[in-house]
Amino acid sequence: MLHYTEKIREIAGRLLKQGVVDVFIGYRKGSVPMMNNPLLIRDPGSTDLLYWDSNCALNLCNYLTGRKDRIGIVATGCVSRNIVTHIVENQISRSQLYVVGIPCTGMISHRAVIRAVGGREIIEFEEQGERFLVRGRDFEEIFEKNDFLQSNCAVCRYPNPVLYDEMLGERVPGYEGDDVYRDVEKVEQMSSEDRRGFFSRMISRCIRCYACRDACPLCYCPTCFVDESRPQWVGKSIDPVDTMTFHLLRAFHCAGRCTDCGACERACPMGIPVRQFTKKLNKDVQELFSWEAGLGLEQRPPLDVYRQDDYDGFIR
Amino acid sequence: MTAYRVYSKEEWTSAVKALESHYQVFVPVKDGDFHLFGLLSEGKRPDFDFQNTHLSPKSIVYPQSERMFEYSLDGEDPDAHMLKEAPKDFSPRAIVGIRPCDALAFQRVRVNFDTPRYRDPWWVSRFESTTFVGLGCNAPEATCFCTSVGGGPFSEAGLDVLLYDLGDRFLAKVLTSKGDGLLKKALGGMEADGTLVRQAESLALKVTEAMPAVVPVDGLKDKSVLELFEAPFWEDVAFGCINCGTCTYLCPTCWCFDIQDEVLGKSGDRIRNWDSCMFPLFTLHGSGHNPRGGKVARVRQRFMHKLKYYLDKYNEGVQCSGCGRCVRSCPANIDIRQVAELMNSL
Amino acid sequence: MSKRARMTLDNPYLPYPVRIEQIVTETEDGNLKTFRLVFLNPEHEEKFRYMPGQFAELSIAGKGEIPIGIASSPTERGFLSFTVNRVGVVTAHLHNMKEGDVMGVRGPLGNCYPWDEMEAKNVVIIGGGFAFTTLRSSLVYLLDPQNRSRFKDVIVVYGARSPGMLLYRDELWQWEKRDDLQMHVTVDATDDPDWKHHTGFVPTIVKKVVPSSDSSVALVCGPPVMIRNTQPVLEDLGFPPERVFLSLEMRMKCGIGMCGRCNIGDQYVCKDGPVFSLAQLKEMPPEY
Repeated sequence: MLHYTEKIREIAGRLLKQGVVDVFIGYRKGSVPMMNNPLLIRDPGSTDLLYWDSNCALNLCNYLTGRKDRIGIVATGCVSRNIVTHIVENQISRSQLYVVGIPCTGMISHRAVIRAVGGREIIEFEEQGERFLVRGRDFEEIFEKNDFLQSNCAVCRYPNPVLYDEMLGERVPGYEGDDVYRDVEKVEQMSSEDRRGFFSRMISRCIRCYACRDACPLCYCPTCFVDESRPQWVGKSIDPVDTMTFHLLRAFHCAGRCTDCGACERACPMGIPVRQFTKKLNKDVQELFSWEAGLGLEQRPPLDVYRQDDYDGFIR
Repeated sequence: MTAYRVYSKEEWTSAVKALESHYQVFVPVKDGDFHLFGLLSEGKRPDFDFQNTHLSPKSIVYPQSERMFEYSLDGEDPDAHMLKEAPKDFSPRAIVGIRPCDALAFQRVRVNFDTPRYRDPWWVSRFESTTFVGLGCNAPEATCFCTSVGGGPFSEAGLDVLLYDLGDRFLAKVLTSKGDGLLKKALGGMEADGTLVRQAESLALKVTEAMPAVVPVDGLKDKSVLELFEAPFWEDVAFGCINCGTCTYLCPTCWCFDIQDEVLGKSGDRIRNWDSCMFPLFTLHGSGHNPRGGKVARVRQRFMHKLKYYLDKYNEGVQCSGCGRCVRSCPANIDIRQVAELMNSL
Repeated sequence: MSKRARMTLDNPYLPYPVRIEQIVTETEDGNLKTFRLVFLNPEHEEKFRYMPGQFAELSIAGKGEIPIGIASSPTERGFLSFTVNRVGVVTAHLHNMKEGDVMGVRGPLGNCYPWDEMEAKNVVIIGGGFAFTTLRSSLVYLLDPQNRSRFKDVIVVYGARSPGMLLYRDELWQWEKRDDLQMHVTVDATDDPDWKHHTGFVPTIVKKVVPSSDSSVALVCGPPVMIRNTQPVLEDLGFPPERVFLSLEMRMKCGIGMCGRCNIGDQYVCKDGPVFSLAQLKEMPPEY
């Protein structure tokens, strides 16, 4: 997706020069391989700092919350869906935004790549169309990007922006398989005891840094429930019960709003597949309410509205 | 004269095993994608073929959560509401395979917990009961910059023993009497001859000279704190920050903590947990006022603390050991090396 | 195998157990109460040697700790007193406690007002709202017969929103009657026709009643707006920043300069402060 870089720079320069936007939000090339740095520019003269490749996996919508100015922003399919959610939830106004849409062919899982080179240190990364090259001190490998997509990108059905002012390229096909939720189904089929064990093991490494929460554009509460002290809902130590409470409650807070953008998982410094929680709720919401988040400005998320024919099987 | 012992790699593994009857032995172990320090007694297999552990060993001396006190809230109990020291284990421990940057980090943190006026009893007791067996770095990562901040891939600061990996064997250099004591309890090995010592020295020299990154921090001492504080670059540095605790929790020199009471039924604990200056709650007053309410202020605090306040307060270098963990793991790629450069060249 | 090592260090986190001897509601809104605490163990009282300006962590098992300035004076023996505003979890709980209840005190913490420097000088005490606590401690200390002669004139300006929001009212009126200090009590406004004291904001009264800065030291404690507006008045009177001392508040946990949250630049408010001269503050980042 490297080729989008030039176009992003051009558009950002134009928007800033013409005063269409006050700021432009995109990415800067990172200082380490496969990591890029979210960037805000105001000066049309610094558009050269903008950069785009398949390692731009933090969700830029996260940086919109509370802004009062007019913003140009680069958005892939999932980011645009979060922007829709933000607009619906009154976190930003459509009129403040100029959305530069990217038909997205997916982000690379840096962890999968590191695993593929046996944990050896990668010193250079080069994107070459459908392939990419990684170089270390004593090795060089070329990989197919499609083999190393983030697991959410691998099954992404909405790679194209659903809301944009300008598109940077031709639409790309989304995933059409019917096994999007295969990983969730596997967990669903476990006995409840096994499932508890599965989740407990999964989060046993959690260090409570809250990177998953903080990377999530949905987590914009001024005070998160884990930080509340009156009442205090959850303990702050690394007691497994508290840690589990944090992850489960956070997932529930995201139910019906999550676009499966994968930022939480990408951000987790411990490599915990936290989407196992949110994705299960995405599946439930889809089954119970035929709902997928962020596809249109007209509808409020299902847990935000009451309908006579709402699912009520949980009331006994 | 400095003592050196040499162990074949197999010998070293059994030597470490033998330490178990005298110490809690922490060793690097492969755990999924990462190396982490683990307890030998929990059946973990030591793996000394690693660059650095994903998490620093700071929790061995300073656990992420620890019970400080316990108490009863039962009105029938004559000691109700009175805090009692929670039982703790300060028996000897050894960290075998700690990288020199992480050993240096304990030295940098020590000035906070072991002060002329107060001593943190738990940090100090655990620190003092720990023997640090370092493993020199033959292949520092591209993100490492220990030599810029007063350390080095074979730095001896804070170590009791330094191991050199010479391919098929380890050369152990005894640095303190504590280290000598440890090696006496380890089995096997033999006295090393001068050839090996010279081989180790030339390895150390070669690796140190080839250190990938040079991060300028030499000008920071003389900079004005207020000018740095008001510097124009903070907003740009902070923009990508998502306010998570990754950098602080992975950092071997970050020491901030929170104190919390937790109650179950009629008894409770006072607990301390690592805390992070990246969290808004860290400085929030009861009144609602927050001196560091914005992200820019918090990011600035982190870097100013590490690279300026600490330097000014203790005059013992910067509060950073150059391990590069924050550089590698920051989800938003905020890079302390770049920030140091900005600050140093202001 | 695992031996439990001996604890040989003094534990600075361990509170001394105390009993609440008396609770006085200070203000008409009921949000400020003064707690008089007595050590359960007389040895602890011996260890707890403090000077006015210092603070302590009040500890309530199950709730946590809260840093509060010491309102009693070291010249008052046998107890400590703390005036506590109800704002958070710990203070709300404290406000519901009863005389006779057991809690903890950890301290004394922080520095004190610059008592050596104040000797043989006039002392101007300026306080606002519920920040009068360590100033009350200072005043009682100054007026103690053992100490009074070491200092020259003592001028006090203390203000609150309304008469009912003044702390230590009984003492204020007694101090007003004395001739070894000049006591100026003011309120922002009052509809009490019998109000015999000042009306107006603290800075205005300071301007009116403080004759000069000659050989004087000022101690200032109050809400941010009062501190901000008092500074230019003191400057006009000729107070150099080295002779104006402020006591700061910060979120604190450890109280001993270790937990990291209360710093302003390289100074920890809990350990290097809470008292700083204006001259010091001018060198520090404006982050408080």
